[in-house]
Parts: sequence; structure tokens; C-alpha cells
Amino acid sequence: MAITLTAAAAEHVMRFIENRGKGEALRLGVKTNGCSGMAYVLEFADKVEEEDNVFEDQGVKIIVDPKSLIYIDGTELDYGKEGLNEGFKFNNPNVKDSCGCGESFNV
Amino acid sequence: MALLQISEPGQTSAPHQHKLAVGIDLGTTNSLVASLKSGFAETIADENGQHLLPSVVQFQVNNDNGYQTEVGYIAQQNASNDPMNTITSVKRYMGRGLEDIKKHSIYDFVTEEDSVVPRIRTIAGNVSAVEVSAEILKSLKLRSEEALGGDLTGAVITVPAYFDDAQRQATKDAAKLAGLNVLRLINEPTAAAVAYGLDTGSEGIHVIYDLGGGTFDISILKLTQGIFEVLSTAGDSALGGDDLDHVITDWIIEKAQINEPEPNLLRQILDVARQAKEALSDNETYTLSLNLGNEQSWSSDLSQQEFEKLIKPLIRKTLTPCRRALRDAGIESEDIQDVVMVGGSTRVPLVRQMVGEFFSTEPLVDLDPDKVVAIGAARQADVLVGNKSDEEMLLLDVTPLSLGLETMGGLAEKVIHRNTTIPVARAQEFTTFKDGQTAMAIHVVQGERELISDCRSLARFELRGIPPMVAGAARIRVTFQIDADGLLSVSAREETSGVESSIQVKPSYGLSDGEIESMLKDSFSYAQDDIDARKLREEQVEASRVVEALNAALEEDGEKLLSSEEQAEIRQTIDELVEIAQQNDQRTIKLKIEAVDKVTAEFAQRRMDASINIALAGQRVDDIN
Repeated sequence: MAITLTAAAAEHVMRFIENRGKGEALRLGVKTNGCSGMAYVLEFADKVEEEDNVFEDQGVKIIVDPKSLIYIDGTELDYGKEGLNEGFKFNNPNVKDSCGCGESFNV
Repeated sequence: MALLQISEPGQTSAPHQHKLAVGIDLGTTNSLVASLKSGFAETIADENGQHLLPSVVQFQVNNDNGYQTEVGYIAQQNASNDPMNTITSVKRYMGRGLEDIKKHSIYDFVTEEDSVVPRIRTIAGNVSAVEVSAEILKSLKLRSEEALGGDLTGAVITVPAYFDDAQRQATKDAAKLAGLNVLRLINEPTAAAVAYGLDTGSEGIHVIYDLGGGTFDISILKLTQGIFEVLSTAGDSALGGDDLDHVITDWIIEKAQINEPEPNLLRQILDVARQAKEALSDNETYTLSLNLGNEQSWSSDLSQQEFEKLIKPLIRKTLTPCRRALRDAGIESEDIQDVVMVGGSTRVPLVRQMVGEFFSTEPLVDLDPDKVVAIGAARQADVLVGNKSDEEMLLLDVTPLSLGLETMGGLAEKVIHRNTTIPVARAQEFTTFKDGQTAMAIHVVQGERELISDCRSLARFELRGIPPMVAGAARIRVTFQIDADGLLSVSAREETSGVESSIQVKPSYGLSDGEIESMLKDSFSYAQDDIDARKLREEQVEASRVVEALNAALEEDGEKLLSSEEQAEIRQTIDELVEIAQQNDQRTIKLKIEAVDKVTAEFAQRRMDASINIALAGQRVDDIN
């Protein structure tokens, strides 16, 4: 299993990293929080920790810590629009249910 | 499924905790809203992909749901057909009285019985500038909430650097009416600097040349280690891109030989003029055409050369504040690293050329000049709302005029000087003037002149409960503090007893740009007069202090220590001093004070001996050593 990106997500990640001017990777993860148990972490990464898993897809380096990987392995990161709003989506096969707004989830 | 944005390392917010904040450039001609997404500041487009929202509001009816309005492009299109109900350039009327706004306005202004606020008569009722602006803000708020997918926590709204307190307050009121929480009002040029400075990270002195629709601002900023310091600001709040349109309008009216155009026609001419200005930025000539009604029409060509001749005096007018800002900042044009161009009118090639020549540098046009301000505001909003805890931006602004207080003799003692960066706190010590004085009136003033009567009074308060002491013994520490929002608080504390008193004032209260400017001009032209006046007043104050002290001494010890001849001599010399002090000759007063000193030297000596004798009475020599 691995973490993958859609073409749209990859394009936006590259643009945002370039605009930020530093860091070359994207960190994905989870933390326990929110109304439904866990919440996603989506951050720019400036350094890779020793235990981190590193994936690469479409030229984007993706870092996931081992604890988080259990919950999000197989995830495809997508980028989409809903009306005027736009942003990233986690298509995570491990999710059993999520809260109404989808900001937190349960496995 | 919620849509997520990329956060800074370690900054992922808990679900439902991410705060949405926007920056709003509430412009005279166009308004914009911007927000930060995945660290990227962007203006937000409407459903048609348009970023700019023309600051135009058309009032239709007023029913139970409030005003029914059209805002933006639709209102702009309807403006020609419905000029009296369609309000443009409302920013010019914010916080202004009826007198200031009648000129160049096609609207029917009225004031209602119980208020001095000018209102525009429309089909939906009489509306104030604040209400019109609120409609624009409401439209931007709605757009942002749709685009960001949630309620806004707050907004940063930009205002021209020279907006006075009334104008700033009006802007805040409009935001409140629109249901926006204002995080802070920031100056437009400062926002532009934020947008540019942080993106390019280049240190040095930057000039922000902002020729917007209705206002011109020049700011000189210094960027060091990511901190912006505003060295100086200057501007003209009645000069902007609209004025370029107006000179073309006047030209059309003259060429087409139109007398007293009807509102509909005037609106049409203004539209044509604006189109011509935009077209002539890229083209050599432009054909203007008007529909005069009754199947009559008029058309004429305007060449770029002729257009430039028309607008040149206006652009040259912008260079005067540029010179003043340079002088205030104490820098030469060669110290300037670059010039940032802001505002749609800086697309006009002649503007770029003349500004480039003036500052001897090629102006920067990297970012869209229309969007720069909104983008900077959005960055600041994101910091203020707490989405970014590291890399905090520290924004430093300046006070436009010196702040100080009144001292004896009607003199202004400056505590915080003009162009001091804020936030700032300065303290100065003062003392009592009379023996046994238990209260002190503190009069806070603003201005550059030496005499109180030439400065603007901001506030008065009293410090009471000073323990009775001889004149000059009390130590009263007065602290002036200006916070990041430009609010001034003044506190006074008597150090030996700890009694305190304080007041909060708004430093720019009631001062219009014009007033600030003329106060500055006066301070330059009256500098020498002021110094002379100050010297005279100081001498007069010294004379009355001497008189005061001598009378007190005579009262106490005159009978005991002086013969009646000596008393008479001293009283006579006091009377002479009182009379001379009333005349306006500083030198004579000074000489007389010295003469009085001589006459009373013997008396002073005897008083000293007497008090030593009292202190020593009944003590043995051993105890003293």
C-alpha cells in the first residue's frame, strides 16, 4: 500500500510549495481529535524524521509517520471544488464513518 | 467531505477550529476580498470569475427585509439609466460633512432633522455613506463565506493612510452593519508592503505609490529582518484615478459642446471617459462616442499624446507629497530600493514613467496593482485571527502629528514626536508650579507648533490628590501610550504619593487630511516666530514664578527678617517685574529677573540662616557632625 495523489492534487501541492519558497515535502497524518475520533493532518514539511515513511507520487514527496500510516494507508489525496470553495480531500479506504462535515473520522 | 488546506508544520488546527479570516480592500472605485489558502494569498472571485467588485450600489426598494440593492457590475451597468439611485465612489463621502461632499457629486444630499450625517436621497429612502458601504461589504462577506465554506471569524479592512478618525470610524460602522467583525483597520500602503515585502523578502527602503480611484497615498517603509517600519506617509485624499476620468470628462464636454449635461448623460460621459483611460494605457488612440438621445450622437478620437497632456498636471500633483514624504523620512531618492505601484491607475504608462523618473528607479509591478492591498490585508488577517503562531508579522505604523501636553504659559511640550513608530510609550516628568498645589490639569494636544493655541486640543483631565509640597518638589510622571490601533492613552502619576489619573483619546480625532497638511505647513513657515514666542513665554513664566515665590517668602518671613524699608524695596521691585513681564520683550524680562535676584539676595541669605538656626536649636554640636 502507499499514499497517492490525483493529478489535480499534485499540481496544487507543487504550486503551494513553490509559492511558500521552502520545504519540499507534504506531511500527511492523523491526530486524535474532533467529533468523530480522528482528524487529518495536512502540512508542509521542512524535515523528515528518522521513523517517517516517505512516498513519492507525480514528483511530490509525501511523508507519513508510522502511527498515522495505519489509519491512512491506501489514501488518495484529491483536490476539488465545491461551489466557490476549493481544497484537498482524503479518499481514505480505512474510514468507517465520519462526522457530518467530514473534518474528523473513525476507523 | 470537508475540503482541507495545507498548514504550516505543527500548525494543523483541530477540526472545526480553523478560523476563517479575510482581507478587504474597500476601494473608491473597486473593492476586493482576499484570503489565505494553503499559505497562498489570493483574491476571491465571484461565481462569474470576477475578482473586482465595482464599489457601486443601486438602491431599488425598501421593504421589511431592509434595502433591496444591486451591488457591483450589475449596479454599474444600471448606473447610466438610474443615476440618482446608483451610488458610486461612496468612499469619498465616508465620515464627511455636507460641505465637503457637495462638489463633484451628482447626488441629492439631505440631512435629517436629528442628525448632521449627510444622506443621499434614493428611491429606497435616504441612505448614509456608511449604509452604502455596508452593502458593498455584505456582498464581499457573502462571497467569502461561500468560497471558504464557513462563517468568517474576522476581517482586516484597509483604509487610506490619511483617513482621519471620523472616516475610520465610519468604515468600522459600515463593517458592523454588514455583520463583519473587524480585526483591525490597516493603512492601504502598509498592506501593499505586507503583500510585497514578505513575498520577496528584500530588505531596504521601499516606497509605496498608491494611486487608487479616489485617493493618493505615498508611504516610505523600511524593511529589516521581516519588520516593516513606516518612515513617513503623505498623500492627497482628494486625488485619484477618478480625477483622471474627470479631466477626460471635462474635455469631452468641451469638445462636444454640451451645456449642463443631464445626470444620465453625465454618467454616460464618465463611463466613456473611464473606458478611454483604460484603452489608452495600451493603445495609441481611442474613439470616444456618445449617444446624445434623439438619434443624435457624437464621436471623437483621443490620442495617447493628447490624453497624457490632459493628465500630466494631475500626475505632477502626486509628486509634491512624494517630496514631502522623502523629507520627513530624512532620505534621498537614491536611498530607495524600489517603488511599489498600487492602484489601477498606475497601469497608465505616463504614471509609471514619471514616478520612475522621480525616484530614479524602475517601479515594481510584479503583483496586480489592483489586488496588492487586499492580498496584504488577507495575510495580516490570517495572523491576527491566530492561524499562524510563528513567523508573526510585526506591523509598525507612525503617528501623523506630534502629541504632547500644555505647560505653563500656553506652551506645547511634545512627548511623542511626529512620525514616531507605533506602538510606542513615552514618559516625561513634570512638576508643580505653585507651593501647595494639590491638583494638575493635563491638556493633551496634537500638532507641530510651539504654542497651544496653534495646536489641536485632544483631551483634558486632572490629576488630583497631590500632597501639598513646595513648588517644584512634586514629581509627576506623564506617560503617553499609543497602541497598535493608533489609540492614545495618557496617564499621570505623582511619584511620591502614587496618585494616578488617566484618559484614553483618539489621536487623529476630528482632523482631516487637509488640516493635518496645513498644520504641518504652518509649523515649517512659522518655525522662527514660534521659537521667539516660546522664549518670551518661558521668560514670562519664570518671572511669575519668581514673583510667586517672593510674595510667599515675604508673607512668611518679611516682618521677622526685614526692616520696613527693605520690605518696601522688595515690594517695589516685584511690582516692576510684574509690569515688565506683561510686555513682549524677552530680554528686558530676563534682565529684570536678574536685578530682582540681586535685590533679594540678602533676604534669601537671612531666611536660610533663620531656618538653619531653627533646625539647630536645642541640639548639641556633637549630634550635628
